[in-house]
Amino acid sequence: MSAPYTRSGRARPRGGGLELALWYLMRVTGIGLFVLALTHFLIVHVIYDPAEQDASWIAQVRWSSTFWRAFDWSLLMLVLFHAFMGVRTVVVDYVKGRARMLLLTGLYLLAIALFVLGTAVVMTLPVVPKG
Amino acid sequence: MPEPGTTGRMLLRYRGGEGMLAWAFHRISGVAIWAFVVLHVIDIYLVGGNPEAYDELLAIYASPIGRVLEALLGAALLYHALNGVRIIVMDFWPPLTRYHRQLWYICWAIFIAVGLPVAYIILKPIWEGAPT
Repeated sequence: MSAPYTRSGRARPRGGGLELALWYLMRVTGIGLFVLALTHFLIVHVIYDPAEQDASWIAQVRWSSTFWRAFDWSLLMLVLFHAFMGVRTVVVDYVKGRARMLLLTGLYLLAIALFVLGTAVVMTLPVVPKG
Repeated sequence: MPEPGTTGRMLLRYRGGEGMLAWAFHRISGVAIWAFVVLHVIDIYLVGGNPEAYDELLAIYASPIGRVLEALLGAALLYHALNGVRIIVMDFWPPLTRYHRQLWYICWAIFIAVGLPVAYIILKPIWEGAPT
């Protein structure tokens, strides 16, 4: 007989505080990513084909409007939070002590670096009119 | 640490069946998507920093191996998205946890209905040639 309550997510942390806030934020960002990440994947792999895409396609088509830049930047924010907090949960589950601290520090530094790189390129890449 | 060779069996037997597999797939797909996000933010940075390098990298995305990997990425993304909704449903409506197995089968039905056509579109250029 299987347990009546089989979970496949992290159990809701008891006692509130930061851990509970993170638990809710994983779910909120998850719903946001359901829309943004799947739409993004559909655009670049189904509506357009990778064979049609290069750096000038991004400047001329994909990022030709503020809307799509804001869309991709929002996706970047949500995915950096959700993916890095998710890997944090995995690290905390499997690694203890000093190694855990080192891994988590590296993880957060990588997240900050990707935040800077991604934000820089989506906000500063010049728009090239198509023609 | 588990004994060597027991991890695979544990994956199937710990708490048993669908609930455990749903959890394991969610974790594996999540870590895979995380790894791709790291690669993808760096490659998009090249659009501004080194467009020639980006174009070379994108040629790999359009290659047959690249397409197979993208189909796998899409599968990971779709599974993680659907099972994520399943987790949220059970977290906020606990009585539905009783039907966690049925909810998982619904995830797979949607996964196949949506995933197969998308995989076909992504992989088709391998045998038909890429659109230009």
